[in-house]
Amino acid sequence: MEFQFQFDWQAAIDSIPFLIKGIPYTLLISFGGLLIGFALGIVFGLLSINKKWFLRWPATAYIEIFRGTPILVQVLFIFYGLPDLIGGPIDPLTAGIAAIALNSGAYISEVVRGGVQSIDKGQTEAGLSLGLSRNQTFWSVVWPQAFRRMIPPLGNQAIVSIKDTSLFSVIGVGELVRQGQIYIANTFTAFEVYFVVAILYLAITLSLSIILRFVERRGLASV
Amino acid sequence: MTQIVKMKGMNKYFGKLHVLKDIDLTVEQGEVVVIIGASGSGKSTLIRCVNGLEEYESGTLEVDGQQLAPKSGNPKALAEIRKEVGMVFQQFNLFPHLTVKRNIMLAPKKVKDAPETVANATAERLLNRVGIGNQADKYPSQLSGGQQQRVAIARALAMEPRLMLFDEPTSALDPEMIGEVLDVMRELAKEGMTMMVVTHEMGFAREVADRVIYIHEGQIVEQGKPDDVFDNPQNERTQAFLSRVLAH
Repeated sequence: MEFQFQFDWQAAIDSIPFLIKGIPYTLLISFGGLLIGFALGIVFGLLSINKKWFLRWPATAYIEIFRGTPILVQVLFIFYGLPDLIGGPIDPLTAGIAAIALNSGAYISEVVRGGVQSIDKGQTEAGLSLGLSRNQTFWSVVWPQAFRRMIPPLGNQAIVSIKDTSLFSVIGVGELVRQGQIYIANTFTAFEVYFVVAILYLAITLSLSIILRFVERRGLASV
Repeated sequence: MTQIVKMKGMNKYFGKLHVLKDIDLTVEQGEVVVIIGASGSGKSTLIRCVNGLEEYESGTLEVDGQQLAPKSGNPKALAEIRKEVGMVFQQFNLFPHLTVKRNIMLAPKKVKDAPETVANATAERLLNRVGIGNQADKYPSQLSGGQQQRVAIARALAMEPRLMLFDEPTSALDPEMIGEVLDVMRELAKEGMTMMVVTHEMGFAREVADRVIYIHEGQIVEQGKPDDVFDNPQNERTQAFLSRVLAH
């Protein structure tokens, strides 16, 4: 008997409306998480290059812990582990956003550190020599230049984090992959559905790439 | 005469390296002091101490009436000093993300709370003064090295400093651009600006300096009027140095 697999285009197309319902969750978790992650990244990235050891060490510890453990373990810990500690359930959406925030925050800290350290010391010296305080020098001279250099690696992190949200199907957030799993459970069209899911991720990440290219070109034009 | 800079028995180390040894030096208001010496002799470090970009280990340093204690012991005095002392760097150190005009406006706005219109007028006046009034809206990277250094001078002047430090201001320039920067410095000197200049431009030193200081291995070995130092150096180290740099 000959076995022939046929890609069922109709099944793929039929799945789209249901799968698309997952996109808002995927976007909410990734961008909500990234926004907080960016704030964490600025704070811990700057602390990690502070001269004072008691500021630097905790920041370094945070970075190492969240970069050095899998994000899947992190989200499982937050969703299943933390409720034991705080004595109440955490809803999956919050757990997902928290995991992306903490995880991307650690990576973004390193991006911030690298960006700031890449700016020539002469820039700081020029600012200080003009009478600007250390803070003024940092925020009006160093940071704007560092930030421009941070745009490509930040974009990279955004794309990584968007894809990481797919792992959160395990805690039952109705994001893209979870929607796909639910759909397949009824139709048994795994090939077609995961294919569409992949295309949808690609649509999100490609759009972001294009936006970032544009921002990068405009942002770097003047340096 | 007012003494703007007073150094007494100043010592500075980089780790174990003793870079400034018992420096005694005063600079009078309106005086142009040119510091010469081989690379690594400590001449840049010396002027970087004046505005606290380098800390020193022992001795005393008074700038414009403010005591700048060793080991950055006095942040308030340091802040005051930096408002009164301008600096021009070898690598220009312009802010690449700001237009030429914004480079000049930044410090008056942030440090002196100058209104936008005032800072703007100051910037335009200073750019005209250094001969690049028509480049105000360009970014530093769009200018030649000589033009960038002139912007850097204008940027320092915008704070109306009482003392200007020049740390090898022409060393990173192509030869054909050195003249335009020296011209601006010459003008400044003529207008009575107090200046401490580290340079390898011996012609400029001879012409503009009120006093030339020769530093060797962290010590002031010889100082005096340019003609005396250049034509009749007393110390054999000065003689050796000058014969090397003046030979070509």
